[in-house]
Amino acid sequence: MSSKFTEGVVAESKRSYIHKLASEGTRIDGRDFDEVRTIKIKTGFIQRADGSALVELGDTKVLVGVKIEPGEPFPDTPDMGIMTTNVELVPLASPTFEPGPPSEEAIELARVVDRGIRESHTIDMEKLVIEEGEKVWVVFIDMHVLDYHGNLFDACGIAALAALNDATVPAERFGFGEDFKLPIIHYPVPVTFAKIGEWIVADPNLDEESIASARLTVTTNEEEKVNAMQKGLFGTFTYEEVKKSINRSLSIGKQVRKIILGDENGKEN
Amino acid sequence: MGMKSDIRLIDDNGLRIDGRLPNQLRPIKMEVGVVKRADGSAYIEWGGNKIIAAVYGPREAYPKHVQESDRAIVRARYNMAAFSVDERKRPGPDRRSVELSKVISEALTSAIFVEKFPRTAIDVYIEVLQADAGTRVAGITVASLALADAGIPMRDLIVGCAAGKVDDVVVLDLNKEEDNFGQADVPMAILPRTGEIALLQMDGDLTYDELTNAMEMAIDAAKKIYDMEIETLKAKYGGDVNEQ
Repeated sequence: MSSKFTEGVVAESKRSYIHKLASEGTRIDGRDFDEVRTIKIKTGFIQRADGSALVELGDTKVLVGVKIEPGEPFPDTPDMGIMTTNVELVPLASPTFEPGPPSEEAIELARVVDRGIRESHTIDMEKLVIEEGEKVWVVFIDMHVLDYHGNLFDACGIAALAALNDATVPAERFGFGEDFKLPIIHYPVPVTFAKIGEWIVADPNLDEESIASARLTVTTNEEEKVNAMQKGLFGTFTYEEVKKSINRSLSIGKQVRKIILGDENGKEN
Repeated sequence: MGMKSDIRLIDDNGLRIDGRLPNQLRPIKMEVGVVKRADGSAYIEWGGNKIIAAVYGPREAYPKHVQESDRAIVRARYNMAAFSVDERKRPGPDRRSVELSKVISEALTSAIFVEKFPRTAIDVYIEVLQADAGTRVAGITVASLALADAGIPMRDLIVGCAAGKVDDVVVLDLNKEEDNFGQADVPMAILPRTGEIALLQMDGDLTYDELTNAMEMAIDAAKKIYDMEIETLKAKYGGDVNEQ
């Protein structure tokens, strides 16, 4: 039972091959169960955006652009800025993506990335007030999937954090004083797992995703707090499997965070 | 989550804003067979939540391209009435309800023997008439009863329950104030007989220990709600619903 993303891509023979490899402790692309694909991050790729990041997670490619504009605050949070998150699964990225209004897959994806950023308080929203109750900065996070080879949750989450970390509030352009760096105070990283037979692998590629029975995304921050979880697909997890996945996410997330923040190889500029 | 306020959600005696203990459920009432026209239906009152669910199917799936040759598709539609919340909600699907409908559909699919009904659709309509936090878990619980009422073969009844954190205390089954001003929410749905987790979401800020504590609280409570589901079905149909 595959997700709508990948329907019909993998033949039954590939399923049994992936299962056989898993039983031997390896994967179709030779990775360990906890090994994420190579991450490449290019920030500042779109000069017209206020922050941007082109991220490759293996062959999956996502471009996130951040735009920041003045707007009205929500009535119940007059002393805070606003963020909105959107994903476009454009048809150029996969034969299974169709043009039109956002699919439920795109909505779920955007909302899971949004929760990780919002709940970890990635952006210091109190610093985004221009005039309390009247005018605040609105941060638009727009994610454009350019090549779909599995695990958009992590690719989008990584790219969103990298783009936010790259962003500048364009105060000058709107006549509100000097530009300043978007205040980022937490660093949430999503790690997604796929259940394949009885095995659970991190960062599933397209083949693995298309035969997975269940999916679990766990987003954690630099303080080892869990900020978001989302289970998907028709299968189930045992409680033990969930607990293990949370622990694995904490340790994998730590490595990925280093790459996003440029403390380790992977950053190109 | 995370709206700031000066409201104290836990008092000096460790009691919650509605007088409950941290691991206490709100009162729950269930009934089956409330929509005569439907193949199966149920109604639940859970705290201030009032939710009705109806099942149509298995019936031929339309449009044809959505059919699956080897199984039924399960299409849950979670919908909130305009008057179900304090500030009128614009009718129709929004991004939140699209996501909830998706995760509820997936969770219900895991419990149903979908392979018995190829090319069909099982439509599950969940109408939230009054909302008081925890609507998705109450919704999946009442949907499970409606599926049983419709005679759809399932591996188990499915039970939803949530836990979370308010004022730094892990608590079961958040109410509206706790949901608005709390620090985390962990909605879950399980198949109690095997303990499998069919729905799991989380948002907020929890340590590993807080999170596992919350999940265990929700799983324990789900077993109590499971007994209520069985009693509700017995009251209508008699006998032992666990007999195959």
